Amino acid sequence: MIYHITDNMAEAIALKDIPEVDYAALYNDLKERLQDERYHVAHYFATPDGTRLKFYMILLDDHEHKMMLSSFAMDYYEDVALPSLTALHPALHPFEREITELYNVEFDSMPWNKPLRFPFNRRNRNSTMDNYPFYTIEGETLHEVNVGPIHAGIIEPGAFRFVCNGESVLHLEIALGYQHRGAEHEFSSTTNRLRQTLLAEGIAGDSAVSHATAYSSVVEKLAHKPASEALWIERTVALELERMAMHIADTGALSMDVAYQLGQVACEALRTMTINTTQAWCGNRFGKGLIRPCGTNKPLTTEKVAMIRTNVAEIRRRYNEVVEDIKSSPSLLARFEQCGIVPKAEMQRIGGVGMAARASGVKRDIRTSHPYAAYASQIQHESIVKRHGDVMARLTMRCSEVLQSADYIEQLLATYTPTDIARPDYEVPMAAESLAFSLIEGWRGEICHVATTNAQGEIATYKIKDPSLHNWLALAIAVRGEGISDFPICNKSFNLSYCGHDL
Amino acid sequence: MIFPKLKVLKSHGWQYIPDLNAVELTEEFRGRPVLTTTDDMSDVEEAAKICPTQAITAAPFTLDLGRCLFCGECALRAAKNIRFTNDYKIGSTSREALIVKPGDESIAFCAEQVREEIPALFSRALKLRQVSAGGDASVEMELNATGNVNFDFGRYGVEFVASPRHADGVVVTGPISSNMAEALDICYNSVPDPKIVIVCGSEACSGGLYADSRAVDRRFLERYKVDLWLPGAPTHPMTFIDGVMNMLKLKTR
Repeated sequence: MIYHITDNMAEAIALKDIPEVDYAALYNDLKERLQDERYHVAHYFATPDGTRLKFYMILLDDHEHKMMLSSFAMDYYEDVALPSLTALHPALHPFEREITELYNVEFDSMPWNKPLRFPFNRRNRNSTMDNYPFYTIEGETLHEVNVGPIHAGIIEPGAFRFVCNGESVLHLEIALGYQHRGAEHEFSSTTNRLRQTLLAEGIAGDSAVSHATAYSSVVEKLAHKPASEALWIERTVALELERMAMHIADTGALSMDVAYQLGQVACEALRTMTINTTQAWCGNRFGKGLIRPCGTNKPLTTEKVAMIRTNVAEIRRRYNEVVEDIKSSPSLLARFEQCGIVPKAEMQRIGGVGMAARASGVKRDIRTSHPYAAYASQIQHESIVKRHGDVMARLTMRCSEVLQSADYIEQLLATYTPTDIARPDYEVPMAAESLAFSLIEGWRGEICHVATTNAQGEIATYKIKDPSLHNWLALAIAVRGEGISDFPICNKSFNLSYCGHDL
Repeated sequence: MIFPKLKVLKSHGWQYIPDLNAVELTEEFRGRPVLTTTDDMSDVEEAAKICPTQAITAAPFTLDLGRCLFCGECALRAAKNIRFTNDYKIGSTSREALIVKPGDESIAFCAEQVREEIPALFSRALKLRQVSAGGDASVEMELNATGNVNFDFGRYGVEFVASPRHADGVVVTGPISSNMAEALDICYNSVPDPKIVIVCGSEACSGGLYADSRAVDRRFLERYKVDLWLPGAPTHPMTFIDGVMNMLKLKTR
């Protein structure tokens, strides 16, 4: 057997229990297996292990709700090229690119082995932000448009290079890394778990609750101290509030870009109301300070439960009116429909995840495929899946999910009696020489955190995957053949994270 | 169709905050801390030990808001010594003024340090170019919110613009990643003189969690004078509004 089988709720796994196989065996297995859409790779990374370089592969089986772990190793300075899996399954491109960038491991016949994020610890110091090897097409009728790294609005930096034929986009390439601040490295260079928690909250500020939940869950698994049912319910409420806030914000942003000012201001006000609800709960509009390992400093009280229920009901009612207005405005539908299409087959091929994948008909949702928190107990989550894969599908996905999240919060809180919940524990001993991972469905999609520990039970390697890592390529594909003036709505319909990608 | 629009409009009502000077944030909000010295300072030593950004020193007892990420953990460990209030007026023209000492009842804005031309030229219209350099997007979203339907900072002529050529200054967010350092410099140099620099968020003020990271390059702040320091994780829109209004002499704290 080349895999260790586990699931999303299981505790940490001793490193020695993860099979170490030949790369050829893993390659041959994945070659076949990944053709079936029930499987996809959650994480695949390398980490130094003494004089060796050790590779871990975490594969998800969505049908059986199982995770499959495997590993292989090579000498740190071994000079061989591994046959590329990306060549067969493009979905693996960010993982192989990262491995090459950090450790100089070559992948044979890898079609697109470009720098991923120019980290400070990259092997090739000659590779810098300034000389990213953009793809070029020559032709008299073609021109290039460079956008960024600084964009027009108040957003994060990234460089977009368009190759255009007149108004229409032939190709878009996205070069990232400007936001790289060494996040993963900071996790393993401290043993202060409060510091690690805050690092997790800042992986992507718009997903602070999701990333902090993933981190806390990793610690709890390594400490063999599963969170209580009450704690999981409160975290689920926070996760769904975050989803509501960001989906409403993006509905407003899409409205703004098509000059639908009524929808924009209505959504701005509703987002304010949502994040102020989170602030009234925990003191921070983005939920920072709320999620902590093994407990919480901000348990719900009867008054706060009532406050959240009242606000959520009002937000739901008013947001639904905006949705009705969008659906009955032909001038809006004309902009959103049939624009920025990512077909299902393409989305599957590039390994899209989360709401963007579901908008294209690819059912990737950790809440159903690998349940955790209240999705594993009180909530029978039904993923919302759309078919068209256009801007409209990603918008209506948001519209439906806001209402669904509001319903889940109401369902959870209607029967919830605040109880004593433990305080956070930043000192809890963690299993030595082990690996733990956690998958959380943030509002963008699957977030995966993986930690391995050393002999002292402290974090040795910390790996983070934000859904944006996969979905940036989906945006590049969405704008192909579109007018360049439709780029803003295509971009907003995804609203991907730069800092979550660059780490 | 007009009826769905009327419905949205009716529910939306009036969202504008009439008087930005009268805003009070929820009790839960963690803003300016109040420090109290006690005979036994061992709790403060404990709090200083766990502080993720070394914002606290026990002797002499201080808390540096330019480093603080407002997680509130110290106030739980040293409840007698540290208490966070909901006071959002924590910006200053002086980096030193962000260091809170026992007995401090407010953050000094240090209006005397504001260059004369700033209120003279920009008090009726200030256009800013924001640059994110390693920020986590939360400060950026709060800056967006300053112009939204609730806060509407545009009423004072303060707005964000797309081109540095149209701007009167830059607002820097994030710890300043090395990969972004050059772009930030180019952007700053494209802003016509006289120009201002606002540093927004504790991560920008001190580097925050990334102060010692090798992926960060903060030399920009050595080269150019900062006109306004705004702590916060993220900086609340009201902290930004209060700080900028003080800088433009539209109010005094």
